[in-house]
This record gives sequence, structure tokens and C-alpha cells, in this order.
Amino acid sequence: MSVIYILLAVSVTVAIVFFIAFIVAVKRGQYDDSYTPSVRMLFEDELVKVKKPKKINTNQLKD
Amino acid sequence: MDKHTCFHCGLDATASKITFDDKVFCCNGCKTVYEIFSANDLTCYYDLQQAPGATPKDIEGKYNFLENTKIIEQLLEFNDGSTQIVTLYIPHVHCSSCIWILENLNKLNPAISASIVNFGKKTVRVTFNAEMLSLKNLVVLLSSIGYEPFISLDDYSVGKKHIDRSLIYKLGVAGFAFGNVMFLSFPEYFQVGEFWLEQFKPFFRWLMFAFSLPVVFYSAQDYFVSAYKGLRSRLLNIDVPIALGIIVLFTRSTIEIIFDLGSGFFDSLTGLLFFLLLGKFFQQKTYAFLSFERDYKSYFPIGITKITSEGKEEAIQVYDIVKGDRLLIRNEELIPVDCILIKGRARIDYSFVTGESRTVSKQSGDKLFAGGKQLEGSIEVDVLKSVEQSYLTQLWSNDVFKKDKSLAFNNITNTISKNFTIGILLIAVVATTFWLVVDSSKAINVFTSVLIIACPCALALAAPFTFGNVLRILGNKKFYLKNASVIEQLAKIDTLIFDKTGTITAHKETTVNYDGLQLSEDETSLLKSTLRGSNHPLSRSLYALLDAHDIVTLDDFEEHLGKGIQANYKNNTIKVGSAAFVGHATDAATLNTAVHISANNQYKGKFTFYNAYRKGLSHLFNVLKKDYDLVILSGDNEGEKENLTKLLPTKTKLLFNQKPEDKLEYIKYHQSEGAHVLMIGDGLNDAGALAQSNVGIAISENVNVFSPACDAILDASKFNHLGDFINMSKWALKIIKWSFVLSFIYNSIGLYFAVTGQLSPVVAAILMPLSSISVVAFTTVATNIVGRKIPI
Repeated sequence: MSVIYILLAVSVTVAIVFFIAFIVAVKRGQYDDSYTPSVRMLFEDELVKVKKPKKINTNQLKD
Repeated sequence: MDKHTCFHCGLDATASKITFDDKVFCCNGCKTVYEIFSANDLTCYYDLQQAPGATPKDIEGKYNFLENTKIIEQLLEFNDGSTQIVTLYIPHVHCSSCIWILENLNKLNPAISASIVNFGKKTVRVTFNAEMLSLKNLVVLLSSIGYEPFISLDDYSVGKKHIDRSLIYKLGVAGFAFGNVMFLSFPEYFQVGEFWLEQFKPFFRWLMFAFSLPVVFYSAQDYFVSAYKGLRSRLLNIDVPIALGIIVLFTRSTIEIIFDLGSGFFDSLTGLLFFLLLGKFFQQKTYAFLSFERDYKSYFPIGITKITSEGKEEAIQVYDIVKGDRLLIRNEELIPVDCILIKGRARIDYSFVTGESRTVSKQSGDKLFAGGKQLEGSIEVDVLKSVEQSYLTQLWSNDVFKKDKSLAFNNITNTISKNFTIGILLIAVVATTFWLVVDSSKAINVFTSVLIIACPCALALAAPFTFGNVLRILGNKKFYLKNASVIEQLAKIDTLIFDKTGTITAHKETTVNYDGLQLSEDETSLLKSTLRGSNHPLSRSLYALLDAHDIVTLDDFEEHLGKGIQANYKNNTIKVGSAAFVGHATDAATLNTAVHISANNQYKGKFTFYNAYRKGLSHLFNVLKKDYDLVILSGDNEGEKENLTKLLPTKTKLLFNQKPEDKLEYIKYHQSEGAHVLMIGDGLNDAGALAQSNVGIAISENVNVFSPACDAILDASKFNHLGDFINMSKWALKIIKWSFVLSFIYNSIGLYFAVTGQLSPVVAAILMPLSSISVVAFTTVATNIVGRKIPI
């Protein structure tokens, strides 16, 4: 029955890992701005689109 | 012709005739920004939002102070010589396009390695290479694309701000422990009595004990501190019964598991603290982009141009200005110190120092006061006093700015909690005495049970959740409150005091009234043509206000500085200007600004300028007059008195020529007579009055720009709903009282179990969260219903 000790130890450890992750996230200021990241996330596609012509421009400059 | 709007900023561009890439622009500034963006493949900016831009302003020389190393050093967050990091406040940030362009600054200038926007705070944090791009050039770059950063004296101490995140940590700890303890106590709830469960019971219980330790000794800290402080000042605040409940819960549970009497109440204990802290967190609604603590420092520039004895221009820090310095004040710049005008023509706008709406002209040798804004070209001045000793800044040495208003009054929860605590202690003592007689083994059990169940969880949650929700609702309706205690104060208001200029009048807007002889068609046309040629502010506004007429080319045009204009067309002569200039006996009786007209040496009449009052002003005052005393406290002259008397209910008191200190004293006097005063103002001249009043509301045309220190900021467009907002706060208090009743019902049920000695952990574990959740649900629903009633 001592398997319960292992199980408990594992579950508590996992819980503590997540708890520490939360504390670290707060400490780094991830919760300071809860709006901008939600907008920023949607920019990814446009960024890829604009990168292409940019490359051509730099090549032209080199030529 | 079709109506066109500027592709960049959305303003009317019908008349501009500026096109580029088949797109219409209102001015060359907007076109330039578009050119910059399209050359750098950043036109995505326009895909995200329509017309997201702002017209870039002319900024030549404005940021010269950013060459001063001392100022740069103070503004930078990080600096190792080459890499520098700076956080700039940009008021124009308003949509996703703004975030996008500001985070792609590296495409505009390769020296910028990263830029991160905080939309809530409207700031951008830029990492750049100082060897390739100076801070000044960075700011100029931002300004040229329409995102002009605002740098004020307030930024001088940047990087030293400490963000307090302890509440989130405490909440995290409590939530973490609550969840785990709940899991561990599940077997006990069902009391299945299986062999292996029985065997591990002590282990489970000690594990719960371990989880509750950080909750009691870390998360609950604030309640113990607050209860101790309350007791020391002989005040039974709400935290006293809470702290008592926590201590009893913890001690009894610990004793129970030590002597194997039961499983303890660790689940209720951690749950209670989790909900309490959640309430606190919810009430802490802050508006990151607003500041309620501003003083003159937020208005004042950080640097100014000094003219050295060799005649060279040099940027210096405002605090370094000493008496006798020669300063250069550019167009649209603020005068930071009291000084004497030496060179140039000064036209000063003192509106946010005195409330006076009219600009004043000054001649060389006149004294200028700090806080005025120069409107006409550059001037040179000699400094008389340093920044801290100037007339305006001295207002802030008044004691009223050092007081913390929220400490001065007893809030509703604490008032009720006093009687509540006494009641609970009485019940506990009576019940214990009863059981001592009947069955002494149960006495201690009953005593602790009463204190546990009576722990005013629901009571303590009612106010934070109601206020928190009301803050949000009002925030959505553009009335931003500093904190929850303002709502309570607002509900008690009986006197409303309004500032005039900028508060009940709309800024920069005037109406004009003509009295005198009727002007003929020709004369009006001539007048309009004449005004067209003049750059005087009054001519400009009169020109804009007159109806469209044919513009004729004048034969002769002459502007007499400080007097007026004279023009000829065919055989007609027209004179526009001061009364003396047009040959009319000066009527000293009028205090209003007026422009006199004479045609062919015959006096025709005058155009008088009046303030334009906000829409719905009359209606608002007529609604408010039923319940409140109304006062207008103006720093302006009596010119508008007649107009206001017509507009407002007769019992409104009108006071003019009030200096900032007079306003403060007036409010203080009324408060000493027992009035609860609401002050509504806009400028720095109202700062003292706003701080002295019970609730100070700053009205603002643009909430992102400046408002003096206050308790609440009201968007000018919602001014006519002021009455509704006060009613909302009264409703909030009613809702809290109802939820007190609700929580008392739960407490009585719990007390029945406690007094009869039947309180088991399961009952506590069900009853406590249930009461908390139902109170939270009730307040949320009720405030939303009330919020919907406000017709905005």
C-alpha cells in the first residue's frame, strides 16, 4: 500500500512545479499587461507576408 | 465633389487635393507618414484598422533637451554605453494598428533591436543601439510617424517605480493550498471507512496541515495586521472577526488532528482565505492608462532651452534653472518658472493655472507666471524664481495634498462589522455558558464553532464585489474612479461645486453674438475677406464662425498690432478691432471679449464672444437641483454671469474671480458646516479644491491626456450623465446592504449548527463557500441590472 506515498509525492511535486511556474510568471511581469499579448498574437501572419518584399529590397541595395 | 477622408488619419480631406498612390491625404504630414510606411513595407498598418494614424506635429527644436546627458541618464531604464532601453509614454496609442507599427520599429531603423508595447499603459519599451541612434533621434522618429511621446518632469524619476505584486502571490498560494487540501479531504467527506483509507488518515491530515501553513502565515498576513491596527486604534473593523475566525479555525483544526479527534477544517480555512483574497483582487480595478495622482510635474517639461552668456542655446534640466538665467520659450511650450519677458511677443494661455479662458498679451518687461503656455512664436525670458518657488507650484505645498482621504472616513463594512463582532462574541459566550451547564464536554467545541461559522466571509465579500463590479460598469461608461471608497463617498454627496471654464463650458469652443446695425451683403462679404487676411486668434475664430460668403480681393489691407485691421475694397472702408480703434466710445461695462466693426467711418456694432456650454447643461442642473446644492466657482471674470443666470436654475450660487486658494477655502468652509462636497474641475487651478473636496472629479475631453490629482476622471462627453452616476453609487450601497441581509441569513443557519454543537467539517465546507458564492452572484447580478438602467 505504500504506493500511495509515491502517488502523493508525485502529485504534490507536479502541483508544486506548476505553482513555481506561476510565481515565476508573475515575477517576470507576465500578468502586468493582459491585453497587448492577445492582440500581438494575431499579427504573426502579417509579419510573414511583409518579410518577403523586404528581402528583395535588401538584395537590390546590395546589387 | 465627393467627401473624402484622409487615408492616414481619417480627417476630412476633401479640400486638400493631396493624393499619393491613389489615396487621399488631409495634409503633407499624413502623406509623409504613408510614404515612410510604404517604403518600409509597413502598409499592413492600414489593413488592421481604418485610418489609424495621427497627423504628425511640427517638432523642430522641441526635443533638444534630450541632448543633455543628465536628462538622458534619468530617462533610460538600462544603459551600457551601446545598448540602451527606454520606456516612453505615447498618448496616441489607441488600436491594434498602433501596437503593430510600434512593434515593427526595427524596420524603420535598424538601430532599434526590439520594441514592446503595453497597450493598457500606452507605453512602448524600446531597446536600441545608442551608437547608431540617439534618444533624441528615436523620439523624433516616433514623432514623425505620428506617435509623439510625452515626456514630462514626472518621468524624471523613472525606473525607480516598484510594482507591488504581493496580492497575486498571496492569492496564488491560497488557491494552490485550497485545491490540494480539497483533494486530500475528499475521502473524509464520504467517511467510507475502508481499511486503507483509515490507515492513511493521519498522513493525509498532516499533509493538509502542511498546506495550510503558508496560507495562515503568508496569505492571511494582511488581515492580522489590519485587525491589530484596528484594535490598537480602538476600532472593530471587519478584519477583527476575520482574523479571529482564521486563528480559531487553525488552532482548533491543529488540536483536532493532534489528538485524533477529527479531520479539522483546513478545507474551509484555505477556501475562506482564497475567496477573501479573490474579493480583494477584484476590487483592485486599476486603470493603467490613467493617473489619479498627478501634480504640476506631469504638465511641466523636463528640459528647457537656456541661452548662455555667449548667446548659445543649451538644453538644461528644469530643476537646474536658477534665478537670473536667460531662457528660450518656443511656440506651444510651457513656461516652467516665474520670469520676466525680455524679447519677443508673448501671448500666454493661462487657462490651466487660473481658469481664465482668454489668452493674454504681454510686452517686454512684463512678469510671466509659471504654468502659462506661449502661443505665438518664440520668446526670451529672465528667470525670477526656481521651479519649486514659483507661484503655481507653491499651491502644492498646501497641507491638503499630504492627506490621504480614504483613511479619514469609516466605510460601510466597518460600521456594520462593529455591531456584528460584538453580537457574535455575545452569542459565543452565551452558548458556551449554556453548554457548560448542560454538557461541559461540548462547551469548547461550541465556542470555537460559533467563531468559525460566524467568520464574516460573505459579509466581507459583499462590499468588494459590489464596488469592484460598479467600478467596472462605470469605467465602461467612461467614468473612471480611483478606488472603491470613492463610490461610498459619492453616495453621501449633498453639494455639487462646478468650475466654469473647461468644466461646464466646452474647451476651445465659443459662440458669437452680433448686436448693432444690420450689415449689408457687401459689408459682410468685405468683413469676411478682411478677417481672412488676419492671423489674430479672434479674427480666426470669427472668420470660422461667419457664414460662407464670396471672398473678394482687397484693394488695401493694413493690420495695426494690438488694435485692429483696416481694409478697402472699391469705395468701401472697413475697420475691425477694439472699440477705440473703430472710433467708438469704450464701454467699460462689458467684460466679454468683443470685436467691433465700423464701415465707412460709421460704427456698426460688435461681435461678442460667449463661452459655449456643454450640451445638456441646463437639463442636468434642473435635475440635480432637487437633491443637491449647486455652486459655480469660477476663476474667470463676471462676463458670463448674465448668461449663466438665464441658463441655470435660480438657486444656483455663482461666484467669480476665485483664485485657486479661494476655491480650496470655500470648500473647506462648507465642509466645516457639515456639507459633503463634490468638486468638478479640469485645470491645475482646481487642484487644491479637488483635493479638499470629499470627491474631486476631473473632467477631461481626452482621458489619455492630463487631469489634475483627483478621485475620479469623467470623460467630457458623459458630463450630462453626472446625476445618473451619483444615483448608481447610491444603488451600490443599497445592494451592499441587501447582501448583508443575505449573509446574515446564512450566518444564522450556520449559528444554529454551531450553537447546538453539530458543526461538522462537511457542514462548514458546504456552508461557507455556498454563502460566499451566493453573495458574490447576488451582487454581480444586482449591479449589472442597475448598470443597465443608466441610459448611456
